[in-house]
Amino acid sequence: MTQPSHAELARVVRDHAGRLAASLVPLVGDFATAEDLVADAVEAALVHWPVDGIPERPDAWLYTVARRRGLDLLRRESRHRDKLALVPWPAEPEPDDRLRLMFTCCHPALPRTAQVALTLRVVCGLTTAQIAKAFLVPESTVGQRITRAKRKISDAGIPYRIPSADDLADRLADVLAVIYLLFNEGYLSTGGPAAQSRDLTDDAEFLAALLHGLMPTEPEVAGLLALIRLHRARVAARFDPDGGIVQLQHQDRTLWDHDAIADAGRLIARAAAQKRPGPYQLQAAIVACHAEAGHWDGTDWTQIVVLYDMLLHLAPSPVTRLHRAIALRYVTGPAAALAEVDELAAILGDYYLFHATRAELLRGLGRPDDARKADRLALERTANPAEQSLLRQRLNWM
Amino acid sequence: MFVETEQFEAELAAMDDAERERAYGRVQQWFADHHDKIVHHRHLMPADSATTVRLDRGEPLITDGPFVEGKEIVSGYAEIEVADLDEALRLARSWPACPLVEIRPIAS
Repeated sequence: MTQPSHAELARVVRDHAGRLAASLVPLVGDFATAEDLVADAVEAALVHWPVDGIPERPDAWLYTVARRRGLDLLRRESRHRDKLALVPWPAEPEPDDRLRLMFTCCHPALPRTAQVALTLRVVCGLTTAQIAKAFLVPESTVGQRITRAKRKISDAGIPYRIPSADDLADRLADVLAVIYLLFNEGYLSTGGPAAQSRDLTDDAEFLAALLHGLMPTEPEVAGLLALIRLHRARVAARFDPDGGIVQLQHQDRTLWDHDAIADAGRLIARAAAQKRPGPYQLQAAIVACHAEAGHWDGTDWTQIVVLYDMLLHLAPSPVTRLHRAIALRYVTGPAAALAEVDELAAILGDYYLFHATRAELLRGLGRPDDARKADRLALERTANPAEQSLLRQRLNWM
Repeated sequence: MFVETEQFEAELAAMDDAERERAYGRVQQWFADHHDKIVHHRHLMPADSATTVRLDRGEPLITDGPFVEGKEIVSGYAEIEVADLDEALRLARSWPACPLVEIRPIAS
């Protein structure tokens, strides 16, 4: 039997662990206990599968281990007896119930860090160790976040269900924010020390695709999925052989995955037809303008500025204004763009990209001395932790 | 638990009698609308009526005022009977008075 690769193992676990958890919660009647059973089954799989190979029916394998463990618990711990005694263990996991799972993991009564850790563990089947490695934090920290979150779910009575129609928009925004954060985390650490252990952009795309499959008529879900695919489609061209970042205007566009770009374009178009625009759809549309251009000079900057205007209308943000100004340079020229950028001085004066952008524009205006000064200011701010966190919050559009 | 802020207190003080009457009316209406879920509720007297006893400093220490000198002060509570946190959150969102509501399960 051939031994499975890491990617193959990750994919199979991810395809089945969440489904198993989703079907066990209502059976066991308790989120935390069901989650423990699945986590144990996944740990066992990661011990056995690399040696024995992935079984023909991984879902049945995981299910059998979780069931055995559940029955052990039932015998050993009286506190589980009532819950587990009544469980009519079915022959196989029920139909896909992972939507409930996602809404519970991303409940707004949980802190964002716990939402992220819980989603990865429960929906994607990552172990605590894998999560810790991906985020470069101690395993005990992740373990505490998960333990505390599970306790809160049962103590505070966080329900295991899809939110009511009244709450759905807000609650969906939380789920999307978690996926978006995961994606950013993975995207920004591409090529870094965490890259080999786990590709979080893979998990983010998996979650977005899963959510899109379960809620196909939500345009913002489609928008986020398209956004993630557009970025991932261009990853091969982002780094030079030495690991340095290649800026968009210098990227070899033949390295892009043009099928994935076309697919994302169709997602955006279908979502847009619903006439319910949102920040993720607009961000995806902006990135699509870059991705669909055959070369740098063919970029539709006028359209990009229009999309930024719509985005600012829905989600005002100084960083978005800065990006709009960068696009404006190619429509109305560097002088107009610099005027826009300078209006942000009070808010973004500590942000390195503010100064780096000014430097670019000043150079375009033939003011090399001022440009150098701005470059120095940008440089002084690149090692600043506050700027690092700002960087993490924004996506690299360009 | 209902929590008042300095600003809320100031706004309430700045109201004329008719406005304050309307504000109290909205609170009464809220309790009436949700009476089937509310086990009981109490509004507390203002924080300047509080007396605090500290028992962790050797001799009991009695001081005038609330236990935290903060800008936010617990001003009342309601015990509610709901199925889950989402239902509690829906109730809290519709609360018409002070700007902070803390939800906590009752220990069994």
